[in-house]
Amino acid sequence: MNWEAVIGLEVHIQLATKTKIFSGAATAYGAAPNTQACAIDLGMPGVLPVLNEQAVRMAVKLGLALGATIAPRSVFARKNYFYPDLPKGYQISQYELPVVADGELTIELDADVSKRIGIIRAHLEEDAGKSLHEGFEQVTAIDLNRAGTPLIEVVSAPDMRSAKEAVAYMKKLHSLVRYLEISDGNMQEGSFRCDANISVRPLGEQRLGTRTEVKNVNSFRFVERAINYEIQRQIELLEDGGKVVQETRLFDTSRNETRPMRTKEEANDYRYFPDPDLLPLEIEPALIEEVRKTLPELPDAKRERFMRDYGLDAYDSTVLTASRALADYFEAVAAQCADAKLAGNWVMGELAGALNKAGLDITETPVSSEMLGVLLQRIKDNTLSGKIAKEVFEAMWNGEGGADAVIERRGLKQLTDRSALEAIIEEVIAANPNQTQQYRAGKEKLLGFFVGQVMKATKGQANPQLVNELLQEKLGG
Amino acid sequence: MSLGPSQVREIAHLARLTIDGNDIPAYAENLSRILDFVDQLGSAATEGTAPLAHPLEMPQRLRADAVDEEDQRELFQSIAPATQDGLYLVPKVIE
Repeated sequence: MNWEAVIGLEVHIQLATKTKIFSGAATAYGAAPNTQACAIDLGMPGVLPVLNEQAVRMAVKLGLALGATIAPRSVFARKNYFYPDLPKGYQISQYELPVVADGELTIELDADVSKRIGIIRAHLEEDAGKSLHEGFEQVTAIDLNRAGTPLIEVVSAPDMRSAKEAVAYMKKLHSLVRYLEISDGNMQEGSFRCDANISVRPLGEQRLGTRTEVKNVNSFRFVERAINYEIQRQIELLEDGGKVVQETRLFDTSRNETRPMRTKEEANDYRYFPDPDLLPLEIEPALIEEVRKTLPELPDAKRERFMRDYGLDAYDSTVLTASRALADYFEAVAAQCADAKLAGNWVMGELAGALNKAGLDITETPVSSEMLGVLLQRIKDNTLSGKIAKEVFEAMWNGEGGADAVIERRGLKQLTDRSALEAIIEEVIAANPNQTQQYRAGKEKLLGFFVGQVMKATKGQANPQLVNELLQEKLGG
Repeated sequence: MSLGPSQVREIAHLARLTIDGNDIPAYAENLSRILDFVDQLGSAATEGTAPLAHPLEMPQRLRADAVDEEDQRELFQSIAPATQDGLYLVPKVIE
């Protein structure tokens, strides 16, 4: 039988505010344990939460970017459960009336295939603390620095049909929140985490199958693996005449498989009710308009512009607009060298390769956009061949200064002096009488041999077009 | 509305309360009476009335995103049963 997978994602995004969602404690990552957990975060008796304005603005910003409705009135609710890293015994979240509803995100699947993924809702909530199990005997250690950190949870519609689509959605959302500068999106530090709801059904069936939820997957690669594993597991189960049990599962990264969480499902009786400590959140149209003015050019619009204004193809435009920093870098290089195609090739080629090898982000590149722009100018004005330019790039990467300084110090200037080249070519021809004779007898493939000899004699610095032209002229005669 | 013994046990479990089995019938009766009392609200005419999330007719006030809490870890941990290297220690949680 042919099966169809149905996937919906819940993504928890940590908002890049300076302070907690309901208290004035700092949110900086990596602080000593429990030094950023104040009386409110600890749920001490008598404290009252007060909502962080910046968190609200960020939620509005995301809502606008998703083309969603911003609720004029939304309500905070208590989600009750017991866990040691949740000091109050409830998490403040939003339930019936979330701040953002009914949006969409378009994902690119192949060069010209895109798909619209519905966003059911996005709501504000607080994060829990961290439980540390390793390195402790008989006890669990609790760090509550993260407790109360603002999160926005984005819930997609069950619109995805494969792990590939789910990963494309996650990457797009990740790129979007970084464009909007509402989250650092750091997945290692847990700023961007994903729960996947997965079910399968016979192809053509309209009703949804029983779903399982895979919790807390925090890398694109693991999301893909976890979903593929879960789809396969459910299909095999059903084909063997079994039934999928609705449950929460964890992805074991070392064994590449999902397994049921030990906590029983009864724990999911969250008994939501409106939090009496917080009044309804009202968002005035004026605030929405104010936030709208701060929206940057969004990835889709930028991608369209790159195709239109720079003549780049869909694939290159998608790659170059993957992050705002990369797009800005590319645009600066393109402006400097006045050749978008050349700039695109170098940014996606040499630069991306070097960054990848060094494990660096574009924002950490040792070769600035200006430095790369000048280098490409030197290719354009024939000072450098493309090959020598790679050597200069490497030198710049290793901190030897700008392109002009490297060219000067290493004596890499391309040989474009016609008479000097002519002299060298005559020497090469004189030194290779056999090849010359064969070439003149019609073996024109030997041109490559002569080009190689001239390049060798000039240490690769001769202008290739000029060498070709002069060689054909001299050998032809 | 009438609660049975199993529902009383489940509520106690969700609230992490230990109850004496002998007290269950009394709890069931008392809780049922509370629910019956609240059930009277069901007879009120609420058609066309928006749900009320809070009795105060005011919107939530917002605070500026500025750090105004200092580290008081020592004070807070002075009442904790067990700590180590700044961490709170609790009985082992298995997941």
